[in-house]
Amino acid sequence: MPAMLRNLAQRLGMMAHSFVGGIHPPQHKLSAGLKSELCPLAPLHIMPMKQHIGVACSPLVAVGDRVLRGQKIAKSEGYVSVPVHAPTSGRVVRIGDHAIPHPSGMGIPSIFIETDGDDAVDESLAPLADWRSMEPALLRERVRMCGLAGLGGAVFPTFIKLVQDARFPIETVILNGIECEPWLTSDHCLMLEYADEILAGLAIIMHMVKTDAAIIAIEDNKADAAAVLQQALEARDDLADVRVVVLPTRYPQGGEKQLIYTLTGREVPAGKLPMHIGVLCQNVGTTRALYQAVMQGRPLTERMVTVSGDAMPRPGNLLVRIGTPMRHVFAQRGLDVFEQVRLLHGGPMMGELLRHPDLPVVKSTNGMLAMREPTFMAAHQPEQPCIRCGHCSEACPAGLVPNLLADQCRSDQFERAESYNLFDCIECGACSYVCPSHIPLVHYFRYGKGQIAQQRREKHFAEESRGRSEAREMRIEQEKQARAARRSSVRAAHVGQSDDGSADAAGEEKKD
Amino acid sequence: MLLMLSSPHAHGGDTIRVMMLTVILALLPAAAVSVYLFGWLALLLILLCMAASLATEAVCLKLMGKPLSTLLDNSAALTGLLLALTLPALTPWWMAVLGSIFAIVLGKQIYGGIGYNIFNPALSARVILLISFPLQMTSWLVPMSAATPPVDLYDLSTCLTLFFAGPDALKSSLDAISMASPLGHVKTEWTLGVPVEGALAAYNYSYLNAFLGFETGSIGETSVLALLIGGVFLLARHSITWHIPFSYLATVALLAALFNAIDPAHFAPPMFHLFAGGLMLCAFFMATDPVSSPVTPLGQIVFGVGCGVLTWSIRSFGGYPEGAMFSVLLMNCAVPLIDHYCRPRVYGHDGRRV
Repeated sequence: MPAMLRNLAQRLGMMAHSFVGGIHPPQHKLSAGLKSELCPLAPLHIMPMKQHIGVACSPLVAVGDRVLRGQKIAKSEGYVSVPVHAPTSGRVVRIGDHAIPHPSGMGIPSIFIETDGDDAVDESLAPLADWRSMEPALLRERVRMCGLAGLGGAVFPTFIKLVQDARFPIETVILNGIECEPWLTSDHCLMLEYADEILAGLAIIMHMVKTDAAIIAIEDNKADAAAVLQQALEARDDLADVRVVVLPTRYPQGGEKQLIYTLTGREVPAGKLPMHIGVLCQNVGTTRALYQAVMQGRPLTERMVTVSGDAMPRPGNLLVRIGTPMRHVFAQRGLDVFEQVRLLHGGPMMGELLRHPDLPVVKSTNGMLAMREPTFMAAHQPEQPCIRCGHCSEACPAGLVPNLLADQCRSDQFERAESYNLFDCIECGACSYVCPSHIPLVHYFRYGKGQIAQQRREKHFAEESRGRSEAREMRIEQEKQARAARRSSVRAAHVGQSDDGSADAAGEEKKD
Repeated sequence: MLLMLSSPHAHGGDTIRVMMLTVILALLPAAAVSVYLFGWLALLLILLCMAASLATEAVCLKLMGKPLSTLLDNSAALTGLLLALTLPALTPWWMAVLGSIFAIVLGKQIYGGIGYNIFNPALSARVILLISFPLQMTSWLVPMSAATPPVDLYDLSTCLTLFFAGPDALKSSLDAISMASPLGHVKTEWTLGVPVEGALAAYNYSYLNAFLGFETGSIGETSVLALLIGGVFLLARHSITWHIPFSYLATVALLAALFNAIDPAHFAPPMFHLFAGGLMLCAFFMATDPVSSPVTPLGQIVFGVGCGVLTWSIRSFGGYPEGAMFSVLLMNCAVPLIDHYCRPRVYGHDGRRV
């Protein structure tokens, strides 16, 4: 009954199927509608061994090796992982740690490639033009080999999402062209310029998950892209059951869970995946990369990046090789002095602050923003006490009560925070955006999640070592009893027996 | 070292200062009516309460080692204004100052300052004053809208004398210049055995006058119209949501209508309840105080209903003629509990699971 009341209270005055909460930040899409440009090759490319969610890769090349564009230079070391490919031809000059665009600022192993300028391509992967007659498993292996990870920014390995489970058939593929982050226009640009390739990629995905139905979702601030895709769709007769749906602009409309609810009226149950309700969500950029992997045999070595911000002399959309130092990309658009400028990786709502521009473009780089110091600091004012206005709760697309959660995280009441569904937070930042007290709510949630994860690891470790020590004590006890039994049965004859026994026990200990 | 800040790196621009200022602006129509009804006396009361609240806040901030710039968040000024509007016009100056000190010290700073108080600061101070000085706090000055006002309240020197020296200095007395409020009148008459309708007729009660605010009462609570204008402004500016005022007023109206239909001699009609006393002021400005009310929409509805039930019950059965402020304060205590049980449904949990 309370659940019903809650539903009713939440849904009063709302359209059917409109996710709860959300905000309307100014769009600032300065680079919208600008034609994409190729970013010239940088003299050096830095390829971090981990550009996806999951396990890091290990290098397959050595210093001094010559590599070709698209050549696999690092292999996956686990299931949730994808390989890394050389972005252009050149020579490996160093393998060592380098910082990546990540809040920790920590370095991770990277391969440094000196560009030779030939841009010679590794042709070893053949195009799979007859994909329609191929088994999904084969195509999926191609997607994995080509290093595809979600290019919307989350960089989850794409092939895993394409795994089929007979219990959960995919009914609908959702193509995510929402791009709800302010400033960013890279997906917008892709949809305008590569509509045919995106649709071709969509057709391959639909073949792989064996469904005829798909929805292409676009926000109404990109009506031109919707029109272009609609037109491209009409030119194809194999995508009859694909609709272009234009949604009202609202952040975070592009969040996977929010988008699925808006389009289907169904929620992804807590702890489950979209697959469990028969939905597969793919970003438009990933879909185009999938087309290139299958139809052209080209691994992921390039992506569309929005270069913008109010400190950016010439905003634009650039096709950038992965591994290109950001300083090189910024310079293409006229920014080479970084004083009084703050750099963001991604959009302002969920992106990270960068310490310096000497970081490589990675697979998750959908945007690089240069913000003026005052603009940036206006969003980061000193925190004041919560006045419980409830605006955070109204803005939360997950139905959480952020101010209470933040209190719990701040005072280390982690069990309570978990019972208030801390882990259902998607870190979209809508709560912090509306907070009149400038409380960094999301920051507290990250802290809380991190602490809980740490506690779980420690608990797990403690349980494991307790189990080990109990097992050891039991073993020693058993051996002692065995020795005693033997001793009593063959009393006088074998005196050295007990020494052997203790040596065995010590050996066991070492094995632990 | 570059300070690392985490996302989001954008902000909507809302501030506590502007939110509080919005509420102050929304109270201006009610304040204007109070000045029309009670002349300089109302203006003196409002200014003194605001000044005393700000001064007390400044002292507290200083003592607690907090920056004085916190004064600029407008919360102390708002508390002073709200307190003044709940006081009778005959409140002497020292009582206004005392009330402001209570509001800031006992109502707010003792809990740790803005954001941490359990009770609405202005209402807690008002209750302390009512219990400490029952005579002065229930003596209602005859307003200038009356047929023959006993004192010319538009005369500054008269008002200064009344405010700082009391009615005795005007060779008058509290009794000579005050009258019963509609709520008080109905309650007293009922204890004497007079039914509600008779009592209202004897009072010359008119719904139109009550709506416009031409009855006596605390200086800022009389005009339903002025308070509604302020309330609609707050709703339009998204300073408050409809949940608390609507559920509060609807509950009072429903209960009043139900019992009035059962026993019209004892129970006043719903319109009377809605227009009388501090209900409108409480519904739009006191119960909606963000700090001391629930954060979730459902919680706000529960809170409003609770306030409504208590207000109507105290008015109908209690010892005091008015119950609005008590009910809001009582419901303030229940806020943490309400917040805990009225959380919104979290995405992907409960029903609608496929």
